[in-house]
Amino acid sequence: MATTTTKTETFVGKRVRRREDPRLITGTATYVEDIQMPGMHYAVILRSPHAAARIRSIKAKQAEAAPGVVCVFTGKDTKGVGVVPCGIAMPDLRVPQHNILATDRVYFVGHPVAVVVARDRYLARDAAELIEVDYDILPAVADPEKALTKGAPAVHPQWPDNIAFTYHQDGGNVDKVFAEADVVVKQRIVSQRLVPMAMETRGVVAEWRGADRQLNLYTSTQIPHLVRTLVAGMLGLEENRTRVIAPEVGGGFGSKLNVYAEEALMGFVSMRIQKPVKWIESRRENFTCTTHGRGHVDYYEIAAKRDGTILGIKLKLIQDVGAYHQLLTPLIPQLSVLMMPGLYNTQNIRADIVGVFTNCVPTDAYRGAGRPEATHGIERMVDILAAELKMDPAQIRLKNFVTKDKFPYATATGLMYDSGDYAAPLKKALDLVGYVKLRQEQADLRKQGKYMGIGISTYGEICAIGPSPATPAGGWESATVKIEPSGKITILTGACPHGQGEETTFAQIAADELGVGLDDILVTRGDTAVVQYGIGTFGSRATAVGGTALYYALQDLKAKIKKFGAMLLESDDVTLVGGQVVCDKTGKAKPLREIAGASYRALKLPPNTEPGLIATRFWEPPNFTFPFGAHIVVTDIDSETGQIKVRRYVAVDDCGNILNPLIVDGQVHGGVAQGLGQALWEQAVYDDNGQLITGELTDYALPRAHLMPWIESHHTCTPSPVNPLGVKGVGEAGTIGCSPAVVNSAVDALSPLGVRHIDMPLTPEKIWKLLAKKN
Amino acid sequence: MIAQKFEYTAPKSLDEALHLLSSGAKPLAGGMSLIPMMKLRLAVPEHLVDLRALKDLNYIREAGGQLHIGATASHYEIESSALLRQKCPLLTETAASIGDVQVRNMGTIGGSVAHADPAADYPAALAALEAKFVLKGAKAERTVSAADFFVDAFSTALQPGEILREVIVPIDDARTGTSYKKMVQPASGFAIVGVAARVRQNAGKVSFVRLGITGLSNHAYRATAAEKALEGKPATPNDIQNAAALVTQGVDANSDLHASADYRRHLAVVHAARAIGTAISRIA
Repeated sequence: MATTTTKTETFVGKRVRRREDPRLITGTATYVEDIQMPGMHYAVILRSPHAAARIRSIKAKQAEAAPGVVCVFTGKDTKGVGVVPCGIAMPDLRVPQHNILATDRVYFVGHPVAVVVARDRYLARDAAELIEVDYDILPAVADPEKALTKGAPAVHPQWPDNIAFTYHQDGGNVDKVFAEADVVVKQRIVSQRLVPMAMETRGVVAEWRGADRQLNLYTSTQIPHLVRTLVAGMLGLEENRTRVIAPEVGGGFGSKLNVYAEEALMGFVSMRIQKPVKWIESRRENFTCTTHGRGHVDYYEIAAKRDGTILGIKLKLIQDVGAYHQLLTPLIPQLSVLMMPGLYNTQNIRADIVGVFTNCVPTDAYRGAGRPEATHGIERMVDILAAELKMDPAQIRLKNFVTKDKFPYATATGLMYDSGDYAAPLKKALDLVGYVKLRQEQADLRKQGKYMGIGISTYGEICAIGPSPATPAGGWESATVKIEPSGKITILTGACPHGQGEETTFAQIAADELGVGLDDILVTRGDTAVVQYGIGTFGSRATAVGGTALYYALQDLKAKIKKFGAMLLESDDVTLVGGQVVCDKTGKAKPLREIAGASYRALKLPPNTEPGLIATRFWEPPNFTFPFGAHIVVTDIDSETGQIKVRRYVAVDDCGNILNPLIVDGQVHGGVAQGLGQALWEQAVYDDNGQLITGELTDYALPRAHLMPWIESHHTCTPSPVNPLGVKGVGEAGTIGCSPAVVNSAVDALSPLGVRHIDMPLTPEKIWKLLAKKN
Repeated sequence: MIAQKFEYTAPKSLDEALHLLSSGAKPLAGGMSLIPMMKLRLAVPEHLVDLRALKDLNYIREAGGQLHIGATASHYEIESSALLRQKCPLLTETAASIGDVQVRNMGTIGGSVAHADPAADYPAALAALEAKFVLKGAKAERTVSAADFFVDAFSTALQPGEILREVIVPIDDARTGTSYKKMVQPASGFAIVGVAARVRQNAGKVSFVRLGITGLSNHAYRATAAEKALEGKPATPNDIQNAAALVTQGVDANSDLHASADYRRHLAVVHAARAIGTAISRIA
């Protein structure tokens, strides 16, 4: 039998290669699409081609009679199924009834209308074309500002103003500081709609076992336990007999932090046909039916003194909701408001959010969820203020940062920043990039008529989400550690990491705590029948919250291991070190495998001690964590074409203690790639009829490997006092820090032309028009 | 993304392929355009004839002082051909700029050219090279010029039942320099605008110039007014600029999400000047 190794080598802080990668790289991982079951059927969903229409009739006879087709269901059949849930409660929130299939009306292109079930997917797809839906096409509105104008088509007829919700937050005395300010700068700033575009589209396999009243649901999700609770509710099933499994998940970025109609719909289908059924989302469906991100139109005002001191910030935030609320839709712009002051010491803020219904797919969380929008806003505004006051953008930031003696720092938006030294990463980034020299070069290039820009963004973010009272479904996380009789160790994490690397970092934590090797540890996640209840992976929380639950479970186990060790060594003075319990006096030792074996064999037990070595902890975080950093981007602009080239990308991120620098690098790189995507290329564009005209990868420009600049990734380290690991989170930092740095750089380059702001994406044509106007 | 049911044949010979095509089947080469359209059900052919296995369509060779490229030569085979790099570097440079590695491995020159996407890269180079296109039907074979081959967006001189058998390009002497410059549409990798330049100099003056433009309008074309303006000139920056300014003359420019007509016209001028400049700098 393999035995547990004992080690004095430590792993935390080292560039340990990701233990999940071999199966991913060799193509042997199991995704939803890879699941096969005897008797499995396939579902294809017929979706609305119109953004707004009444359904006069649906004729499915021909489809039902088509070869291989078992049945066709429409909204009439699924009336007994509960609605797709909105997880947010707030005053005056208008929640339209979100049925899993359309009944009398469709509200966006891609709205599910019917489901065809056949013995193979090709036959199901063919039969879907035979369904005749008679639509009475209605006027649609896709632009949130147009939707707010008088006479705009009503997305939901019962709410002709298209307002989904409003939210107001006030801190300090905004009117006073704006009246007294030397200068007020204003700007409209758009954070465009984006498609999260996980490499693996969504997919569901539902398997109803009637005799057991049990539903097994395989779904590509970031939150299997919450899906279990909510889908069981929608289908009227018993939660303990509903098993949700998130197998390998090929990316989510927030788009799988949700409960979707198709998850309940496949459960419904399997229960009706008494057979397993599979549905795999096409890329086209992923574009039109999986939640989008961002979709902000922000009107900012900043009041300041002539010396650059920021006095107050006002924000009117228009959030494009789409046709429905998905799980967290109304929460996302509220996160923007929380993050509104950024890293700056101002206690006067006012924010008004208007959530607006449009005939588009709903928006919801996408990498950064609310914080990229807020950071983009404040970091653009600070640059605009610096330009107005003819100040250096680095200096104005250093002047306004919350200083490091002020922590913990209470913001005007109700947060308590845990720890920080905001000047440190900015100063480091300025040094690394060679700021003073670059400014000289820029002055020389300007004399030659060349456009080079230096863009700075300093960001803060809300991670380790979060304390339960501040979250819709609980913000704790769970961990179980089991030491098996052979001494091998199994970790069950409720956080359900899906590619972020916790199979490695959690093993590193456990290996160091217990003094064993990484190969002795298995990290398991994603199956509600195996893992205790958990919340999930999102909001840069898995390590900071889930890792802390693991840490405390390990402390419980260590105490118990020592008790058994002391019993076996017949000494009270023992130490757990290097995977064995050592008697301090005699130096005699008992390895973990022997102790584990004895704990299960239980011939003898320490006083007041139960057999076995298992510990479970649910950890409730007392606060969020607040990472921060500075990104500096140097761009060169082709004055003839408007093409922007990123010459340097310097990122200095402070995410607290770093457990695995290799994984942190990967998170920064991926985050920056998605930030560059928003800044330079990506946009979900709906036309006036509500058709998504960037609905294919040939029109929607994702960042590609060959388009990436070299990312110079560096760090400062300010441990978080919120958790014993001192970690803060880094999953979204790259995205949050990136887009304002890129836009600030381009605006800086074009500032001699009087350019103050450019909305994303910075397409060459937009830049060319600015160049052409001034020439 | 599931195509409708279709028949598939991989014929053993060109004659067999032509026989099948004459009865209404659609030819499949690299499938880089056709297959995505079928998956979206925008194209619903009943019968596909796969030309990829036909050895007698896949070659790159020199004969009779010209270069002959079989229709199923892949972009990668063209990009990496030592013969073409030496004797027609414009084609290797153009092939290397197409899409991405996967597309270049699968896609073929015949498939791309016959599909006639108005934003495809090859047509610019083939217009500048005054390439000849050999079209073969079940009964006869004919040769058409690039000017006659590209008729409109997604429309060529190919008649039903005909396939493009090969493309013939000339071998230029050492006094010729070439260049292909494109503005890439970042999502698709296609050209928003692409300009191929082929320039010969004699005694310090431009003696010959051919400019092929893609992406600007419904089909690739030669910018003859610009060519004429440059010929006989010493090619000062001013000469190049003046000539480049004429490449859009008389052309109805496309406009879409990725570039307006005005911007496309501007890019055509900019890239024409750059392509001409680079081509001249490459003259041995």
